[in-house]
Amino acid sequence: MEKNEIIIRLAGEGGEGVISTGDIFTQGAARTGYHVFTFRTYPAEIKGGHAWYQVRVGAYPVLSMGDGVDVMVAFNAEGYYNHKHLINKGGVLIYDPDTVTPEESSSVIAYGIPFNTIARKELDFFRGKNLIVTGFLAGLFGLEPSSLEGLIRSRFARRAELLASNLKSLYAGYEHATKKIEKRDPYFLTPVEKIPRLVLSGNDAIAAGALAAGCRFFAGYPITPASEILETMSKELPKLGGVSLQVEDEIAAIGMAAGASFGGLKSMTATSGPGLSLMSEFLGWVSMSETPCVIVDSQRAGPSTGMPTKLEQADLNHALYAGHGDFPRIVMAAGSVEDAFFRIIDAFNLSEKYQMPAIFLSDQSLSHRTESMLKPDLSRIHVEDRLRPTAEQLKDYRRYAVTESGASPMSAPGMAGGAYVAPGLEHDEKGHVDTPLQSHIIMMPKRFRKLDGARKDMGQLSRHGAADATIGVIGWGSTEGVIQEAVDRANASGHKVAALHPKLLSPLQVDDLRKFMDSVEHVIVPEVNYSGQFAHYLRSILGDSVVQLNKYGGLPFTPGEIFKKIEEVARNGNQRGNSHR
Amino acid sequence: MVTSAVTLTVKDYKSDVKPTWCPGCGDFAVLSATYKALADLQLRTERVVIVSGIGCSSRIPYFLSTYGVHSLHGRALPMASGVKLANPDMTVMVMGGDGDMFAIGAGHMPHAASRNLDLTTVCMDNQIYGLTKAQASPTSKIGQVTKSTPYGVAAKPINPLLTVLAAGATFVARGYSAKPKMLAELFVAGIKHKGFSFIHVISPCTEFNNTYSFYDAQATDLPADWDKSDLQKAMGLAITEEKPHLGVWYETERPVLDQVLHSLEKEIKPFDTSAYLKRFE
Ligand SMILES: Cc1ncc(C[n+]2csc(CCOP(=O)(O)OP(=O)(O)O)c2C)c(N)n1
Ligand code: SF4
Repeated sequence: MEKNEIIIRLAGEGGEGVISTGDIFTQGAARTGYHVFTFRTYPAEIKGGHAWYQVRVGAYPVLSMGDGVDVMVAFNAEGYYNHKHLINKGGVLIYDPDTVTPEESSSVIAYGIPFNTIARKELDFFRGKNLIVTGFLAGLFGLEPSSLEGLIRSRFARRAELLASNLKSLYAGYEHATKKIEKRDPYFLTPVEKIPRLVLSGNDAIAAGALAAGCRFFAGYPITPASEILETMSKELPKLGGVSLQVEDEIAAIGMAAGASFGGLKSMTATSGPGLSLMSEFLGWVSMSETPCVIVDSQRAGPSTGMPTKLEQADLNHALYAGHGDFPRIVMAAGSVEDAFFRIIDAFNLSEKYQMPAIFLSDQSLSHRTESMLKPDLSRIHVEDRLRPTAEQLKDYRRYAVTESGASPMSAPGMAGGAYVAPGLEHDEKGHVDTPLQSHIIMMPKRFRKLDGARKDMGQLSRHGAADATIGVIGWGSTEGVIQEAVDRANASGHKVAALHPKLLSPLQVDDLRKFMDSVEHVIVPEVNYSGQFAHYLRSILGDSVVQLNKYGGLPFTPGEIFKKIEEVARNGNQRGNSHR
Repeated sequence: MVTSAVTLTVKDYKSDVKPTWCPGCGDFAVLSATYKALADLQLRTERVVIVSGIGCSSRIPYFLSTYGVHSLHGRALPMASGVKLANPDMTVMVMGGDGDMFAIGAGHMPHAASRNLDLTTVCMDNQIYGLTKAQASPTSKIGQVTKSTPYGVAAKPINPLLTVLAAGATFVARGYSAKPKMLAELFVAGIKHKGFSFIHVISPCTEFNNTYSFYDAQATDLPADWDKSDLQKAMGLAITEEKPHLGVWYETERPVLDQVLHSLEKEIKPFDTSAYLKRFE
């Protein structure tokens, strides 16, 4: 049987070309019309250490990394030994016989290709190794080399000598696969319909969405896995007349973003957990002074410096609760690269409309993975701007006017009659701070009321899976695709399962969650963290008990892991006896 | 400078909020000098933003009719930087205490100075924490007895002028609350200066650290022939001075951050989402 979906994993020494091979192959496959989904992990060090890259390529949408590995490319012995046990039955091993001596195995089809020797001896171009491997993969699976050639041509457009050697390397690999070996595996990337698609990373999507939402000020401090957002904004904002700045620390970053927002610009900062910790005092100021501001937190494994290049969804508590005192905030999390593009726009809209901090959660796997997506339907983009005072309102301006929605018209420097002091102190409608006790009683509900509007604006949550499900899966953030895949698999094998994936985490869309939980017998909450932060949050608000599924090894879920849990719950119910009612 | 047809007077810059400072507090003179400087420059109230941190001195924005930000303890500089970058042609002043700017917010000061954003920063130095009632500040003297240093301050005081000179401030001056006329002149010069200006104001705390008689006797003007362009000399004086010197210590020209940033692109275009996304095809 021919298979036109392949999970390819490349592993070897960091800096050896593992990531670039994966990237080029992925781009080429996507240009040929395939759907792609990647995952990369590399050591925190710049050179050396163990790196691996995985791409799942399919003729139909691929929602996760998939289970196991169909094709393993071992760049060195360590790459082989670390991953060989993951190769699926009937899978493929590609290795260099000069560096790896694989064990005899009847269940794996092995192709030895001396790519080091080819690069060094035949081509006299050692750095061509990654393209030899890329070409070999293309040849083996029947991918048109022209799609790859185009990519290489644009990469080396201005370096003619390098372009020639790289193209030679690509075709050397391609010919090795098509002429020198006998194909014994069942994997083919046969031509599929070419639908124009985009291939981009989560961080690319966040930056693009922010720009589309009207963000014109950015300040940040470099931190993995969020730095690319700072880099992109620094490149793009000046072209739009905006400003992007690398500043001295994360406190300055959020402070400048808040200052620029007070000054009239839509503003954002982006960081990871350690930076969000530093920003927490400002979250309260931003909410108290009702100043819009978007804060991206691309989570990585903690606590403390933790594992900077590894995945964990463990900043939820922090995003929901960081900062002293009681204050409303928006917290959102995106489910996929495409979702990140649209949801960051939602985050801006809610932050601007309701004048409060919007924390947008990504994570290492989402920020750094590339996915293919259809060209977004730009008519879906709706951009919201903050409420400005009318000429009439400016005659007796009340910056913090108590309104039904809670949001008040916000002036900006330059507006005559609109002057006010943005306070961190409790204040009255005019922003005066001399009667805090009376003001506090009035202003707390005014500020919190805004959450009701935010909740309504997000519309209804839509479920995925069986209409008559008995098992529900509720997740958040970057696990959306892998959960959907597991749910589809479970339904295909006779279970009745549905998934719900809220994107707005503060305020929670309680009614929709309630309805979903009431419609099923058991609820599973998968999250990539140790303690089950979202499960606890759901229990605290909805009162139901849920079955936790936690993974904390720094890597994403595979669909099989979630599927297994679904089967287990289907078989035994909730073994701990705390079925959710 | 943007001027309006009607002449603005000191009164126009006063808000209806009355200062809550203790009688004789040095910050009153700073406030009056601010009113006067803004009136001298005829700046329209809606085109001025006063950004402060937290402390007695940081209450100042509430007493002006301009725009203002009362931010967090130590965070006035980043906030003001954001305000200014969003509004490059408005006047943004950063005002606060020695604790705000040289203890909790000290990390921002050298960066603000080195960026040379066009901000006018006024540090009201009373060598004590006023608002929290008499603990040591980073500029308290060695041996100074305060509530938190009952046996005397052990640390060498931070030298604000030396710090900002070393970091690259392009206008550095010192004033004294007991000399209000000079104070207003320094503020005018600082606001007019294109770049990061820092004005250190000796602003005694009558409640917890009344140093008026000491500074009345000690403070001296810079010599009439003082060369404002000599950085080494200014730093030398900051290191060695025994009596505090008042006046403009140093002034130079360097490209200003907001202008540099806003001149990066010759042609500014609106964002075209679909054109932007083409790079990912
Ligand atoms: C994060 C934080 N820590 C501590 C405080 C308490 N606090 C308020 S003002 C202040 C120091 C005030 O001294 P200074 O900045 O010199 O201003 P002054 O009151 O003397 O004008 C302190 C420690 C605070 N508001 N925030
Ligand atoms: S405590 Fe000191 S600094 Fe504060 S208002 Fe009173 S005199 Fe001024």
